[in-house]
Amino acid sequence: MTPSNVAQPAADDPIRVAAFEGRIAAGETIEPKDWMPERYRKQLIRMMSQHAHSEVVGMLPEGNWITRAPSLRRKMSLLAKVQDEGGHGLYIYCGTETLGVDRHDLIDQLLSGTAKYSSIFNYPTLTWADMGAIGWLVDGAAIVNQTVLAKCSYGPYARAMLRICKEENFHKRQGYEIMATLSKGTPAQKAMAQDALNRWWWPSLMMFGPSDKDSPHSAELLRWKVKRKSNDELRQRFVDLTVPQAHAIALVLPDPDLKHNTDTNHWEIGPINWDEFFNVIKGNGPCNRERLEARRRAHAEGAWVRQAAEAYAAKQRGRAQSTAA
Amino acid sequence: MSNDAKSGTDGQWPLWEVFTQAKSGAPHEHAGSVHAPDAEIALQNARDVYARRGEAVSIWVVPTAVIAATSPSDTGPFFDPASDKAYRHPQFYKVPQGVRVF
Repeated sequence: MTPSNVAQPAADDPIRVAAFEGRIAAGETIEPKDWMPERYRKQLIRMMSQHAHSEVVGMLPEGNWITRAPSLRRKMSLLAKVQDEGGHGLYIYCGTETLGVDRHDLIDQLLSGTAKYSSIFNYPTLTWADMGAIGWLVDGAAIVNQTVLAKCSYGPYARAMLRICKEENFHKRQGYEIMATLSKGTPAQKAMAQDALNRWWWPSLMMFGPSDKDSPHSAELLRWKVKRKSNDELRQRFVDLTVPQAHAIALVLPDPDLKHNTDTNHWEIGPINWDEFFNVIKGNGPCNRERLEARRRAHAEGAWVRQAAEAYAAKQRGRAQSTAA
Repeated sequence: MSNDAKSGTDGQWPLWEVFTQAKSGAPHEHAGSVHAPDAEIALQNARDVYARRGEAVSIWVVPTAVIAATSPSDTGPFFDPASDKAYRHPQFYKVPQGVRVF
């Protein structure tokens, strides 16, 4: 629900901030109509809208393969997955609106290119195996991230995450199944799976964001329990989960430095190429322009649907009035 | 087409709160919200967004603008009257030792 912003003071009253931080420290959940510091509201709007945009843009790399899925079973799964991503975008936009912003403005920001979204979706999907790698790795990484966000201090965001996590388990499993099937297939199919893993592994690790020492927002977000774990902790959890999964389907992770630390029981990875990450964020990834153009085209081509819905609603209202009269 | 997209409200429709009932006999619970030009489309959108996996057997949609809610600043005084009435709870009443009341 939309909060009333009328009573918001211009600058945050330190007494109210202290009371707010006390509530957070006590593990309370913040709800839309509760008082919150402007900075908390802004940070949430930034994070949640970027997350919603990522779900929406995330439909594009996979939508690309729906018509070329190798079987009806795979096609149905992919359609359902892409539809879920659209739904996830809507859950999070709806959650963001509780902070007093308008979905329409957020979508304008996405279409005009001023909004950010996850850099992973600016990589191309070159082969069918990319559908496997995305489900397994990209959704797998998203689940690790979102499972923790489901405990975040802002109620509407946490509740949207719970719903999304339940649905994304299917996304991950269908992706892993694609990879396992290809890996057991012909040498060419196995090579295709390995190639997809080679291209998606590092960008998936980058999804957790820069190392905490270089992440400008981390400390504040952790204090406010918007984030509950650091980027590096989440990345490590993902690596530890994924390495045995790769071994189980006889694929090799493209990291010569990858090794198991028997003392910590963690898999340790080699250095991440952060220059690539920041370059993609700045708009220089392989598909940044293509993604936005596809999104703008889809929005423009959907205009007639929105107009038809409005015309239908107006007609129904007209009929209701004439029967009432 | 791009001109058309700018005309009208371009999907800038009123907000509806969505309540879903998981199974017969269960209460309707808040699931989230959708934008829609009327109640019929709000119900269809709510089904597509909040019930893709059989999560609901019934859906209510309510225009967000007509919902009245308590405000957090009222929370204390508004709910106060209930906080000093322990005699509304069964534990308030003494029962002879060894007697099973329920």
